[in-house]
Amino acid sequence: MEHMEQYSITIDGRTLTAWEGQTIMEAAHDAGIYVPHLCYLRGLVPFGSCRVCTVKADGRFVSACTQPVTPKMTIENDSEELLDLRRSLIEMLFVEGNHFCMFCEKSGNCELQAIAYRLGISAPRHDYQFPERRLDASHPDIFLDMNRCILCARCVRASRDLDGKGCFDFVGRGRGRRIAVNAEARLSDTVVDVTDEAIDVCPVGAILKKRVGFKVPIGRRTYDLEPIGSDLEARRRPRAAAPTGGAS
Amino acid sequence: MSASKPRIATTSLAGCFGCHMSLLDIDRRILQLAELVEFDRSPINDFKTFGDRRCAIGLIEGGCCNEENVETLRDFRKHCDLLISVGDCATMGGIPAMRNTVPLEACFAEAYLDGPTVYNPSGKIPGDAELPLILDRVYPCHEVVKMDYHLPGCPPSADTLWAALVALLTDKPVELPYPLLKYD
Repeated sequence: MEHMEQYSITIDGRTLTAWEGQTIMEAAHDAGIYVPHLCYLRGLVPFGSCRVCTVKADGRFVSACTQPVTPKMTIENDSEELLDLRRSLIEMLFVEGNHFCMFCEKSGNCELQAIAYRLGISAPRHDYQFPERRLDASHPDIFLDMNRCILCARCVRASRDLDGKGCFDFVGRGRGRRIAVNAEARLSDTVVDVTDEAIDVCPVGAILKKRVGFKVPIGRRTYDLEPIGSDLEARRRPRAAAPTGGAS
Repeated sequence: MSASKPRIATTSLAGCFGCHMSLLDIDRRILQLAELVEFDRSPINDFKTFGDRRCAIGLIEGGCCNEENVETLRDFRKHCDLLISVGDCATMGGIPAMRNTVPLEACFAEAYLDGPTVYNPSGKIPGDAELPLILDRVYPCHEVVKMDYHLPGCPPSADTLWAALVALLTDKPVELPYPLLKYD
């Protein structure tokens, strides 16, 4: 691993340089290109479960967070086909949980909601399932609301790899799969702490800190005015404005 | 003159009238709206039934929680060219849909028998034939009839409603700017 190869790849016709061993997500991120994602989070081992980051690499559908780049790889990211696929995935996440944005403390700072806004989803095309899910408010500082869990496993990975605790994991299979805590019954019986990384990484309102909800007024929350990914894309604007010779 | 104006109908099904309040929140623009359209069946003018002409736009607040809601919604579908789900309740069931994960029997027991503030010496659950039958769960409007547009939000802001109405009344596509599409 001493010598790393440099690869030339294209994303949506834009030529950029990627490093051997990088995933498509990492290469895109370095170039200021936003690939929507939920289970992926920089600093966590890629998991590839949400499929929202699906791109087309050399004509094949792959998840950008797990697929390494190869020399001269041609990647489609912002095509109507992929946008509609992502819309459908996000809509499925909305209908298979109980996502009541109107009273959710995470609203305005929620990545699921923010991607739905960015993709312009006004209503899902699928029927709502209204599943019966559990709420665990046993911990003095943390809520665990399974109604909003999208099974991204960010908390599983963060608690295991960053906090060194392993407080969360999956149980069950298929439709019955859910997040469980490393205790007989309740979150308060685990060693989880409100300062753990695992508490901050939740993209939705499934893991919430108590007594901080609604602190930021509507209009000033993270995704109120600018779509998710705007900050990343802002980094490439100066270059994108100039004519790029290699792009075709 | 008014005969040629497009007609608008509105109703609140399983909603709280908050979306109607948001419509009134367009402030002075309501004068412009009155220039552009004629209100048909709506709580705004208290007309309970449709007139004899078709409506261009039907605004539906709230989802369907009972058979009367379903009947009203179907009547709107029959009389309106475009039906719009206005607000989260029409779009996804909203707060009333929180009962969807609780069996109906348990809902009734909590509301009329066991709830901490219930006073009901007869111990009966209301079942008069005059009362519309409650549905097994609350349904978003598009799971009952075809809906043409959805304006989510709790409520959708006055600017959102105004932008959508102006686009539809001027034959333009409904493309909401980013800050106007919100789910809360």
